[in-house]
Amino acid sequence: MNIDAIANGIVIDHITAGRGMQLYELLGLEKLDCSVALIKNVHSEKLGKKDIIKIDSDIPVNFDVIGYVDPGVSINIIRDGALVEKRSIEMPEYLTNVIFCKNPRCITSTEQELKQVFRLTDRVNKVYRCIYCETKANT
Amino acid sequence: MFEKKHCRSLIDILDFSPEEIQDLLVTANDIIAHPEAYSECCHGKKLATLFFEPSTRTRLSFEAAMYELGGHVLGFSEAQSSSASKGESVADTARVVSCYADIIAMRHPKEGAALVASMNASVPVINAGDGGHLHPTQTLADLLTIYREKGGFENLNVGLCGDLKFGRTVHSLINALSRYPGLKLWLISPEELKLPSYVKKELLQEKNIHYVQTTDLEGCMPELEILYMTRVQKERFFNEEDYLRLKDSYILTPEKLHNARADLCIMHPLPRVNEISVAIDDDPRACYFKQVLYGKYMRMALILKLLKEAGTL
Repeated sequence: MNIDAIANGIVIDHITAGRGMQLYELLGLEKLDCSVALIKNVHSEKLGKKDIIKIDSDIPVNFDVIGYVDPGVSINIIRDGALVEKRSIEMPEYLTNVIFCKNPRCITSTEQELKQVFRLTDRVNKVYRCIYCETKANT
Repeated sequence: MFEKKHCRSLIDILDFSPEEIQDLLVTANDIIAHPEAYSECCHGKKLATLFFEPSTRTRLSFEAAMYELGGHVLGFSEAQSSSASKGESVADTARVVSCYADIIAMRHPKEGAALVASMNASVPVINAGDGGHLHPTQTLADLLTIYREKGGFENLNVGLCGDLKFGRTVHSLINALSRYPGLKLWLISPEELKLPSYVKKELLQEKNIHYVQTTDLEGCMPELEILYMTRVQKERFFNEEDYLRLKDSYILTPEKLHNARADLCIMHPLPRVNEISVAIDDDPRACYFKQVLYGKYMRMALILKLLKEAGTL
């Protein structure tokens, strides 16, 4: 299977197989006009199988979303067809307006203009809690 | 003039270090010993009590605390008499009230409401209860009671009985006591109202705190130095049938104290319904009315601390 190389844009590589679509949706990539490739179940020496997303445009990407969904991914920034930056992603300390609190007793359930903020409380088990009511996010 | 300044607030008991809590205990003890020395400390200062849900005792305790410091009080005691009934947000209420008062005590039925207020107010905010979530000033009252009755917080055998699921006072107290060595807990509740597993996992197990989970109050009674009773709160249930089924799970009577220690300290955040028989009120081990009084002194100490840190005093 061949996917064209991109000239200017971002490649999100080493996505855990099966999480590519979730990342695609949370990053809102369906709204872009440029070419976007979501490639699933690519053979990987390191992971066995992996997903890859290629975005053929130099758009701002919310790295917090990527760190939340799949902190093991690598980000490749491409300029003029060449790799100019490669970065690994860690789980962010705070997530703002990425996930939403489902606790009906939380203040965010009635005051919907509030930012939905979650804090990483357990890095090992990847637990995020709402900063307002401490309810655990469904991951 | 309208620039937002950062103010120290009390939202969660863990906002204060053990050393800061020790300082509050010392101040509260000094207020008890020398009340006249504090009677004009807050002259000209105003406390706003924003109570979006009724709580006569906590509100009166804050008001009494401010009056005994020589200050003034303004506020409301239910959401219907506030601008919340017109749809005003907690954030806007906090900003507006910051223009009128030097410090805010807020109770709200929604979890996290006090945090939202503190993020928007330009004066200190005290969480006077945010739904079933946190109630740090009750914990301060509990800590002064334990401090005066037991002399400290190390190596305590504490029984927590009743609603350990929705009981915010219980969660806050466990949080506070977990920072002192030698704590042993007996978690006494019906199956449906057990301490949430995340509290056990993230607090008790991670800090290696010894705990026993049981439904048998009398069985663990001889071990206990402190018995903290709680009410099953109707307002925390979505389903009234569940409330009716569980509300009388534990009723402390003189008979159930037959094997209790002579130095047991019986506590309750109040209001009580029937979970402690009135026949126990005259027992010297009953500390729940002292707890109310100590709550006022700790709130006085807290108001002083936060106003000083805000540069208002």
